Amino acid sequence: MSGGEVDLLAVEDLSVEFRTRDGVVRALDRVGFALRRGETVGVVGESGSGKSVTALAILGILPPSARVTGGRAVFGGLDLLAASPRQLLEYRGRELAMIFQNPRAALNPIRPVGRQIADVLRRHTTLRGARLDARVLELLARVQIADPARRARAYPFELSGGMCQRVMIALAVACAPALLIADEPTTGIDVTTQAGILDLLGELARDQRMATILITHDLAVVAERCDRIVVMHAGHVVETAPARALLARPRHPYTARLIASTPRAGAKLADLAPIPGATPDLRAPLPPCRYRGRCERAADLCDEPPLPRAEVGAGHLVACRRPL
Amino acid sequence: MRAWLRHGRHVVGENPVTGLAFGLFVLIALVAVVGPWLAPHDPLATDAARTLQSPSARHWFGTDQLGRDILSRVVVATRLDLTIAVAAVTLSFLVGGALGACAGFFGGWTDRLVTRVADTIMAFPLFVLAMGIVAALGNTLANIVYATAIINLPFYTRMARAEVNVRREAGFVEAARLSGNGAARLLAVHVFPNCLPPMMVQASLNLGWAILNAAGLSFIGLGVRPPTPEWGIMVAEGAAFIVSGEWWIALFPGLALMMAVFCFNLLGDGLRDLIDPRRRT
Amino acid sequence: MSLLDVRSLTKRFPARGGGRWLHAVDDVTFAIEAGESVGLVGESGCGKSTLVRLVTRLLEPTDGRILFEGHDVGAIPAARFTHTAARRRIQMVFQDPLDSLNPRFTAFDTIAEPLRRLGTADERTGVTARVAEAAELVGLPRALLGRFPHQLSGGQQQRVGIARAVVLRPALLVLDEPTSALDVSVQTVVLHLLAELRQRLGMSYLFVSHDLNLVRLLTDRVLVMYLGRIVETGASQDVFDRPAHPYTRALMSAVPALEPGERRMRVRLAGEPRSPIDPAPDACRFHGRCPDGVERCTREAPALRQAPEGDRRAACHFAFDGAAALPTG
Repeated sequence: MSGGEVDLLAVEDLSVEFRTRDGVVRALDRVGFALRRGETVGVVGESGSGKSVTALAILGILPPSARVTGGRAVFGGLDLLAASPRQLLEYRGRELAMIFQNPRAALNPIRPVGRQIADVLRRHTTLRGARLDARVLELLARVQIADPARRARAYPFELSGGMCQRVMIALAVACAPALLIADEPTTGIDVTTQAGILDLLGELARDQRMATILITHDLAVVAERCDRIVVMHAGHVVETAPARALLARPRHPYTARLIASTPRAGAKLADLAPIPGATPDLRAPLPPCRYRGRCERAADLCDEPPLPRAEVGAGHLVACRRPL
Repeated sequence: MRAWLRHGRHVVGENPVTGLAFGLFVLIALVAVVGPWLAPHDPLATDAARTLQSPSARHWFGTDQLGRDILSRVVVATRLDLTIAVAAVTLSFLVGGALGACAGFFGGWTDRLVTRVADTIMAFPLFVLAMGIVAALGNTLANIVYATAIINLPFYTRMARAEVNVRREAGFVEAARLSGNGAARLLAVHVFPNCLPPMMVQASLNLGWAILNAAGLSFIGLGVRPPTPEWGIMVAEGAAFIVSGEWWIALFPGLALMMAVFCFNLLGDGLRDLIDPRRRT
Repeated sequence: MSLLDVRSLTKRFPARGGGRWLHAVDDVTFAIEAGESVGLVGESGCGKSTLVRLVTRLLEPTDGRILFEGHDVGAIPAARFTHTAARRRIQMVFQDPLDSLNPRFTAFDTIAEPLRRLGTADERTGVTARVAEAAELVGLPRALLGRFPHQLSGGQQQRVGIARAVVLRPALLVLDEPTSALDVSVQTVVLHLLAELRQRLGMSYLFVSHDLNLVRLLTDRVLVMYLGRIVETGASQDVFDRPAHPYTRALMSAVPALEPGERRMRVRLAGEPRSPIDPAPDACRFHGRCPDGVERCTREAPALRQAPEGDRRAACHFAFDGAAALPTG
C-alpha cells in the first residue's frame, strides 16, 4: 500500500480530438483517473480505446493533428495540459518518464547507448565527468545488463530487443522520476522476457517509490502486476477499481466481457466468449455511452446524457447506468 | 473497368491540382493528335513578305525570320515533342524497370551486372552522354529517342531494384509461393505491380525531363533538323532575335515547353493515386 | 503412416566471419498424425520460424528428412516443389494479416489465387463458387470479397488469409501466430473459427505461438523448442501442468494468470541464451541459464528421454526424476 493521501497525478475530464482527412476523431471523452505515489495502475482496453492517446496527452507529446479540448492533468500541483513548453521540458525526463512499445524505435540508432543515458543525466542533473560515467554504468547494471562497461559503448543495433528495452528503461528512470508511463512494454515479446521486464519495473517502482501507469491490452498482465485497473473503451473510462475487486466482480458489462474473452488456465476454448459488435466509429456522432451499441443490457435510460460515474465500492467507479 | 473509371473520377475530383494536370494533359494530347489539321497555316510554308511580324489577328503568335506562322509551328511541334518524350520514357521505364526488378529479385550475378551497367551510365554527365550517342549514331528521330531512353535507364533500374528488394520478403510473397507461384510469376504478378505507384511518379517527372532533353539536343543542333518544327529548335532559332526585339519567336515555343513540363510534373501524384489501390476508399 | 514425419531435420545458415554456422534448427525429429493439432512454442530465436518454413518448403533443409504422406518432400528443391501434388496439401496462415495480403488483390483474387494456380481443372472452372464457399466457411460476408486489404479490419483480413489457406482443403495447416496481431475479442472469434474448421475439414494443425494459453486451448500435443532443438514434447495440458524440462518450467511459470490461484512461483532465467553459432556439440544448450545444472551438463548433451509412463519426452538428464507440478504462490 502506498503512502500519502494526496494524488500524485489526477486526470480529470480529459478530452482529445484528432483532425483527419475523414473528419474529427473524438479520441478521448472526459477521461479521468488518479494515482498516488508508488502506486501501479494498469490501463487496459482494445486497440482504439484511447490508452496510448491518454499517455501522450499527459506528457504533452501528442501529434500536431491532435487537440486537447478539455480537462486537466494535475501532477504535483501543476496542470500539465496548461503548462508552458518550458515547464514541460523541466518535468519530462526528471519527474515524468515514458517507455514505448518498440524499444529500437525509441533509441537513437547512431549514438551509443551509454551516451544516450548520459544525455538525460546531463540535461537534468549536475553530474559531469567521471561521476556521470559512473552513474551511467550504475544504471545499466540496475536494469540487469551484464557487462555494463562494454554495453555502454554499443549501438542499439548491436543489442538484442530485450536489452534495448532495458536500456530504454534505464533512460526513463535515470533521474528517478516520480511517475513512469509504460506504453505496451511487453506486447509482442516472449513471455519469459516479458516477465523479466515487468519484474524489473516492479523492483524499480518499489526502490524509488515510483508510480507506474502500465498500458496494455493484456488483462492477465495487469491482473498480476497492478494495484488498480482502469478499463477503457472507445475513448471512455468505463470502470476503475482495485485489481482484485475488478476481477472478482466486474461491474461494467464491457469489463465482464473482456474478462470472459481472456484465456485462463482452467478454461476451455468453448468458455471463451467474444465481445459482440465492434468499436464504434469515433468520427460519427455518438451516444453518451459508447458501449451502448454492443451492450446486451442497453436500455432507454442509457441514452440520457451525461455519461454517469457511479461509485459502487471502495475506490470502485463505473460509468454505467445499469451496472452488473 | 467501371470501378477503374469511378476511381479515376474520384482521384481527379478530389484534388484540384490533379484535375488541372489531367485536364492539361488531355489538352496537350488533343493538340498533338489533331493539331496538324487545326493549324491555320502550313508550318513549313515560308513567306518572304511577312517575316518577323509581331503577333496579330492573322498570325496569333507572329511569324519567324522566314515568314512561317509560329502558332502553326508550335501546334504541329506538339505531336513531335510528345512522341519523343512518351516513347523515350516508355522505353526507359519498361527496360529499366525490368532490369532493376530482376536485379532486386534474383540478386547474385544478375544484380551485380545490372548495377554495374547502371553505375557506368550514371558516371557520365547525362546530357553529354545523350549528345555523344546522337552524334555517334546520327541525327535521326529514333536515335534521339534511344539516347534519351538510355540516359534515363539508371533511375528506373535503381528504383525498381530497391522497391522489389523491399517487397521480396513480404508476407504476401511467401503466401503467393505457397499458392503455387513460381519465381517468374512472383516477380511479374505479385512483386512488380506493387512497385508501380512510386515508379509512376518518377515516370511523369521524367516525361518533363525527356521533353527538355530533346529540346536541349535540338537547341544545340544535335536533335531534330530544320525545317521540322520542334519546340527546342524554335527556341534556339528565336534566341538570336530576342536582343533585336522580336521576342515572340522564342517565347511561344518556350511557353509551350513550360506548360508541358508543368503538366507532367503535376500528373505524377495523380497517376500514382490512380493505380495505387490503397488510395481507394 | 504419419501425415508429417520430420527426422533429424537440420538447417544451418552461414554466419558472419566465414566458416561459421548458425544452427537455426538442429536435429529436430517429430511427427504429426492426421487430424492432430500440434503446438510449437519457444522464445524468439529458438528456430520456430525456420522450422515452419522448412516444413512448408519455403526453405531448403541442410540435413535430415521431411516425409509428407510418405513422400520425401525434403529432397525436392523448393522451386520444383511448387509444381508437385503435395504443394496444395500443406498451407499456412501468417502472423501479420495485412502484410500477408497483396495490396493490389481484392479479397476475391487472394482467395482465388491458390485455386487458379494449383487447382484441378474442375476447381478452376468453378472458381467463383469455391471462393464463395471458402468465404462462408470462415464467416466472411460476401459483400467484402470485392474489397482491398486496406479496406478491411484486422479480423476480416485474417479471415481472408484463412480462407486462402483452406480453399484447397489442405491436409496440414501451419498457423504462424495467427492471432497475435489481433485484439483479444477478435482473437477469440478467430480461435473458435480455427477449432471449428479443423473439425469440419479434418485438417492437422501445426500451431506456432508464444502465447502459451492459446496453445493449450487449441492443441493436443506441444513441442517446446530452445535454440534450435526440441527440449520437450507431450500432451498440451500435461506439459502445461507438469513441465519436465527446466526451460519449460521457466516458460510456464512466466505466463501471466488472471486468477491469483493460478499463479506459479517464478522460475527466473539468468542472462541471455547462448549463441546459436557453432554451439558446442557435447554440452546442454540450456546450461548456464538453467536454475539446476551440474557438471554433467557441460560434457554430455541430453537426448530426449522418454517418461516412465505416458507419451512425454524431455531433453534433460534429470527430467521425470520425481517431476511435480510447479508450486503456486
